[in-house]
Amino acid sequence: MMRSETTAPLGLKIATGMVLLFLHFPLLIVVLYAFTTEEASFTFPPPGLTTQWFGEILDRQDFWEALGLSLRIAVVATLIALILGTITAAAIYRSKFFGREAFSLMVILPIALPGIVTGIALRSAIGLSGLTFGYWTIVIGHATFCVVTVYNNVIARLRRTSQSQIEASMDLGASTFQTFRYIILPNIATALLAGGMLAFALSFDEIIVTTFTAGQQQTLPIWIFSQLSRPRDRPVTNVAALFVIAATFIPILIAYRFTRDTVE
Amino acid sequence: MTSTTRTVAVKLSEVCRFFGDVKAVDHVNLELFDGEFFSLLGPSGSGKTTCLRLIAGFEQPTSGSIQLHGVEVSGVPPYDRDVNTVFQDYALFPHMNVGQNIGYGLMVKNVPKAERETRVQDMLDLVRLPGMANRKPSQLSGGQRQRVALARALINHPRVLLLDEPLGALDLKLRQEMQIELKSIQQRIGITFVFVTHDQEEALTMSDRIAVFNLGKIEQIGTPSEIYERPTTRFVAGFVGTSNILSGKIAEILTGSPGTFAIRPEKIRIVDVGAPLADGMCSAEGKIRDVIYLGMHTRYLVELEGGADLTVVEQNLETSAVNARGSRVKLVWHTSSNRPISAGA
Repeated sequence: MMRSETTAPLGLKIATGMVLLFLHFPLLIVVLYAFTTEEASFTFPPPGLTTQWFGEILDRQDFWEALGLSLRIAVVATLIALILGTITAAAIYRSKFFGREAFSLMVILPIALPGIVTGIALRSAIGLSGLTFGYWTIVIGHATFCVVTVYNNVIARLRRTSQSQIEASMDLGASTFQTFRYIILPNIATALLAGGMLAFALSFDEIIVTTFTAGQQQTLPIWIFSQLSRPRDRPVTNVAALFVIAATFIPILIAYRFTRDTVE
Repeated sequence: MTSTTRTVAVKLSEVCRFFGDVKAVDHVNLELFDGEFFSLLGPSGSGKTTCLRLIAGFEQPTSGSIQLHGVEVSGVPPYDRDVNTVFQDYALFPHMNVGQNIGYGLMVKNVPKAERETRVQDMLDLVRLPGMANRKPSQLSGGQRQRVALARALINHPRVLLLDEPLGALDLKLRQEMQIELKSIQQRIGITFVFVTHDQEEALTMSDRIAVFNLGKIEQIGTPSEIYERPTTRFVAGFVGTSNILSGKIAEILTGSPGTFAIRPEKIRIVDVGAPLADGMCSAEGKIRDVIYLGMHTRYLVELEGGADLTVVEQNLETSAVNARGSRVKLVWHTSSNRPISAGA
């Protein structure tokens, strides 16, 4: 039943407002106190507003290193996820084999499992394999759950793509590669973009799996976490948090737009 | 038509396609000739579409041999076969415009752009869609999409065109127009059309020959008039048009010989009870149980004295529904209208 024409009752409007406030009030606090003139303690309302912390963070070498590391991890983990996720989705979509559903579930599992389980599992596995904890172990750890977002988006799109388009392409003389290039890829392009954006956002602010798979490196979330024990730098931390919000929020918005536009 | 001198375009020998326990295509033998409009007719699930997909190469036979112009193609992928397909849902590429859709077959074969454009124009003219090259499929009507799908399949100059219920999604009027147009295009370009349909009228209208499918097997192959006038099985007699089926004792009494017979309702005439019987005619007396007025003709259901019912269709030549329900009548028909059929289902 479509009831979009009628307006919601007042009670529902208030309830919706309260839920949104509950969800997003902490974010507003972070944004607000990134501009406070106070150094150590939070008093409400802030005694004054300033942009000096943005200037201060420019001089913080450790912040820039953490930000750079997080970006490099997120980009590479997303690339790996795009390749593996697409290949896996294509395989699951095209072929029927014994245990297909189980396999599909196993691909999705890393995102359903608590991060701490994935983290412990990865830490033992990496320890057993003799790899040194560092940049690549973090990338591998992130890739495990980034693959899922790409896989889910791509397989959903493939299921909506009519099989006869692929058959028509082959029928008209296109090789398997040409069919992929001219028919499948344009069909799944926005799904790839959306899946990639989500993967990037997930990786960028991940902290649990990162804690278990990192060596001495500090990604941005870990850096922020470590700053909490230094109350004098709190506004600087809030500025850093703003960066994280921007870096994850924008991709998610874009991803949302692309998955919402249905390809007809 | 002298079939001996004609080139065989498609030949299926003992072809089977099983999906697990389901015998989708069960020992099918077919020979289609060059330039023939050939229909695969049957209800859904009868194997006609699977048969088409076997010829296209989307399915591989479980056993048997498929030849295209004398060359065995089992195991050859669709893109290496000299056949093209018009899909039931048209399968137009939504991200390409009409011109790109039609030119796709040339593009993947690296035909130079200039030649491609001329040939796309030719195709647009052939299907009477000039000036539509820049439209997107979503901006077209159902009939126009149908034409684009046809043009796209024809641009590679296939020697055999496969059509999978291509008119199924169109409304009746458009459907009848497209039937005529498809037929005329086929005659102009002179290639073999293999046409899958579940609509017996469509098959009769368009085809040179028809193969009637049921449960994965071919029941009968013949020209439209052969299929309609001389059905050989009970299924064909009932699926293509309607038939009165007589079997057992009543059949022997009415026709004079044992067996199972199909009699088309329009071959039977209603006469007065006392009317004399000419040579070579069969007759039966009964009571009209039902009269259904259908505009162009009237359908009577006549209850015979021997216990069987016969359906009779009479054209409404002068007055409509002259015979009232309940009246006693005599039915006469020519003995040649008793078509012996195999007794099976």
